[in-house]
Amino acid sequence: MGIKGKAYLMGAFEHPLRDAPDTSTPQLHAECARGALIDAGLTKDDVDGYFCAGDAPGFGGLSMVDYMGLKNVRHLDSTETGGSSYIVHVGHAVQAIAAGKCSVALITLAGRPRHGGRRPGAGMAPGGGGGLTDGPPEAGFENIYGGSTHNTYGMCAMRHMYEYGTTSEQLAWIKVAASHHAQWNEHAFLKDVVTVEDVVNSRMISDPLHLLDCCVVTDGGGALIVTSPEVARSLKRPKVRVLGAGEAPKTPLGGQGLDLTHSGAVWSGPRAFEEAGVTPGDIKYASIYDSFTITVLMQLEDLGFCKKGGGGKFVADGNLISGVGKLPFNTDGGGLCNNHPTNRGGITKVIEAVRQLRGEAHPKVQVANCDLAIAHGTGGSLGTRHASATVIMEREG
Amino acid sequence: MSDSHEKNGATGNMSRPIPAPMVSVETKPFWDAAAEGRFLIKRCTECRKAFWYPRAMCPFCMSAETVWEESPGEGVIYTYSVMHRSPTGPYAIGYVTLNEGPAVLTNFVDVAPDGLAIGMKVRVKFQPTEGGPPAPVFAPA
Repeated sequence: MGIKGKAYLMGAFEHPLRDAPDTSTPQLHAECARGALIDAGLTKDDVDGYFCAGDAPGFGGLSMVDYMGLKNVRHLDSTETGGSSYIVHVGHAVQAIAAGKCSVALITLAGRPRHGGRRPGAGMAPGGGGGLTDGPPEAGFENIYGGSTHNTYGMCAMRHMYEYGTTSEQLAWIKVAASHHAQWNEHAFLKDVVTVEDVVNSRMISDPLHLLDCCVVTDGGGALIVTSPEVARSLKRPKVRVLGAGEAPKTPLGGQGLDLTHSGAVWSGPRAFEEAGVTPGDIKYASIYDSFTITVLMQLEDLGFCKKGGGGKFVADGNLISGVGKLPFNTDGGGLCNNHPTNRGGITKVIEAVRQLRGEAHPKVQVANCDLAIAHGTGGSLGTRHASATVIMEREG
Repeated sequence: MSDSHEKNGATGNMSRPIPAPMVSVETKPFWDAAAEGRFLIKRCTECRKAFWYPRAMCPFCMSAETVWEESPGEGVIYTYSVMHRSPTGPYAIGYVTLNEGPAVLTNFVDVAPDGLAIGMKVRVKFQPTEGGPPAPVFAPA
């Protein structure tokens, strides 16, 4: 055990500038990255792990992954501990490499405090707002157009319908299934069972997504405990063993060949399934991030539960309803009906999967012999840049 | 409030006020050109690919040899979504696939909410922003 000797520092680069009036913070990050890669004799396409802290402009590591065109990243870490972050990152990178989660880790730091961080320009414009960085590099070209989760996910749904003939009625079945589960959850924000007609007749929010295609907005939260096997054995609770995990950013990467009909799940899913040694057909219960109905449909396709473009048929006619369909999903009612605390639904996805594997879900929605489950999520926006994450778990014993 | 919005949404052409874009030392040439009504994109002189959004380094080959290039700003709608309610009425967001290749996030103007379609030919125009340089938006060509 331990990381001793498990990885090597093979590239290093210190930017020559000490005063950077003409170089943006994203550019400084990228120039440092290029310098270190050249020093190591590698290229950006060799990088499969990216580590940055709060000085990196944008949303976690996603904006710099996009700026630099890092298309092969399978491990992201934006741990922030101030000036020591990059030393923490070295330790985390070695752990990730030792675990097989990446083989070339890039760590960057950059900023320009002598030039006011986010200035020059309209520092308080959308995407701005003070702080130590120049702001997300994409902000000036994206944040001014009134993008929200509703309309950027709407864009994905629109294109999915155009390419594959997916219908609003098919999307509605996802909400219907969630509502059938939520009726048994005493804490669910929305407990009423709805019909396909209710969904497609609810008011249009942003084409083609109706009000009932959208998740709830709720306060609240959640927490998880992960332990070593030794600690797990000493505890009195049913043991849920993590078999595999995968992650992947998806960003426009320069805008050539943009494809909004799939998510990063096309990469995170296979990584998790391969590590776990199971296939989608083995899964008994699925927690699937449901910020919108289209989110579920695209991710089910991307994870391999059905073929690309077949999601509409797959989710129809109650196929996601526990006790009715082939793939029981979000048996707590999910983000569509139960809970989407502080607009982040990832943790509740894991929590319901744990309940199912323990056999502690509501009896009306408990999946029989539930010994293998998946929890999958998308963070950020499907329509611009996001990170996908997949975890596969089994009940032990 | 709702009357004017419904009138705007049912028959009128969409528009929304655009806030001042954030300008950095890296993107200032784009916005200076925008003020002159010229639409610039970036192209890598090593791998020859055009990319969007503009940045100093090529996202395809990491070359620093990138140049500004004036574009006619013509392309087709890749996808769109009309936000039906907002404080200023309905508006459309979407991506345009430029003839040079890259996809550009934008607002669609001079078109009714039900007048948009994937594949529609559109062309850039510039809309004044709230205290900043004009921003590129796209209208039916």
